[in-house]
Amino acid sequence: MDAIERVFREQRTRMLAALTRVLGDMELAEDSLQDALAQALRSWSEVPDDPMAWLLTVARNRAIDRIRRARRAPREPAVAAWEHSEERLLNVGDERLSLIFTCCHPALSLEARVALTLQAVAGLTAAQIGRAFLVPESTMAQRLVRAKRKIKHAGIAFAVPADHQLPERLSAVLAVVYLVYTQGYTAADHTLADEAIRLGKLIATLMPSEPEAHGLLALMLLQNSRRDARRTRSGDLVLLEDQDRSLWDASQIAEGIGILDRALSRRAPGPYQLQAAIAAVHSQAARPQDTDWLQIAALYTELVTRQPTPVVRLNLAVAVAMADGPAKGLEMLDSIAGLEKFHLMHSARADLLRRLGSTEEAAESYRVALSLATEDSDRRFLSSRLTELETPSS
Amino acid sequence: MRYMLLIYDCHREQMPENYREVVNAYAEHLKERGVFVAADPLHLPDTATTVRVRDDDTLITDGPFVETHEHLGGYFMLDCKDLDEAIELAALCPMAKVGTVEIRPVLEGILR
Repeated sequence: MDAIERVFREQRTRMLAALTRVLGDMELAEDSLQDALAQALRSWSEVPDDPMAWLLTVARNRAIDRIRRARRAPREPAVAAWEHSEERLLNVGDERLSLIFTCCHPALSLEARVALTLQAVAGLTAAQIGRAFLVPESTMAQRLVRAKRKIKHAGIAFAVPADHQLPERLSAVLAVVYLVYTQGYTAADHTLADEAIRLGKLIATLMPSEPEAHGLLALMLLQNSRRDARRTRSGDLVLLEDQDRSLWDASQIAEGIGILDRALSRRAPGPYQLQAAIAAVHSQAARPQDTDWLQIAALYTELVTRQPTPVVRLNLAVAVAMADGPAKGLEMLDSIAGLEKFHLMHSARADLLRRLGSTEEAAESYRVALSLATEDSDRRFLSSRLTELETPSS
Repeated sequence: MRYMLLIYDCHREQMPENYREVVNAYAEHLKERGVFVAADPLHLPDTATTVRVRDDDTLITDGPFVETHEHLGGYFMLDCKDLDEAIELAALCPMAKVGTVEIRPVLEGILR
């Protein structure tokens, strides 16, 4: 029945969070909720007045049955505690943030955090998550079970962290969501990118005064607006400057910029807001030559102070090359250490050398980039650049 | 919930001169917070003796069970609210600055 599925899809995360709060066991909460759904599908002829209360009550009863069946100790204290838990369960409120922070706890491995968030918060199955990350379903199912048991046995709190821990823990949550997005960003299947945006919206709604949560959402929307322009039909990568900008999704750009503006008005810029601002500047240029590179270089300079990673410095060098000329950019680029094995470093270098007229050196850098690139589409792109360079223009 | 903080790879010569004071101040802090259960440093692994009983034969060997580079040097047993509190206290442990602190939750309900 569609109505049941709809109620379940819309309220699943909320119900799982409430059950986890009362039962203190995410695995049990999930199994019992599945039981309740199965029972609803069997016995509902129409959706009751308060479907959530119905499902929660049934899930709680199933949890008690499950514990009684599995219990080894003659008296399981938890069961006694739950016997009067019904009222508490129905009044527990919105515990989705606790669920999110628990799934993204730094005591779990990054891959476990990603899998758990996609399952518990986004409602994906182990099979779907496994497919997205190219891992067999059984491996993914095992990873999920292990993570839930660690939460239980290691005493990972089901809670929003205390204020002094919040900034660090929130950035761990946002990193998980962004990782889901970037994993889905290049995939032909849009499931992960869409789920990441849905997660981003949920977190932004639940944490209205955290500018970085809104910055991440804006960043994902702005990147996603270029989804249809980023690949050719055959799946090849299209550079920003070569994209057909009429394919950019104007409503996603407007939504992203609106969210970013409200976040920036709080005057606490962080890495996600800065990256979103960079994406927004690109979005506002009708043609590549209209891009405000000075603004982008300034934003990257800010970003480097917060995230002094070689990749961010590479992006700054490229922006500086666009704003102040390739010679200045090349000088900056050659001062970056640690990207010797990164094909984009060499292709950026090749591009700057080409613009400076050093064709021979440029070709050499493209060859190095080509030898390091692993993705077929990247290799095709680099080969075509190299061919262009080696073909004398008339 | 009880947690055991296992101190690995922390050599005394790497610790600051006044390490006794520092460690005692840490233990004092744990007691004040009401989380302290027990703690002890251990002698070096070359003082270890390993025992196995197989078919009623007791086999005694000199040395630790596993020869590892990172050896167990001591432990703290704490009673904490949750893992976050255990992590916070492990991060305050003076030995965490030199070696590694592993947090292991105690498996409750087996021993009576």
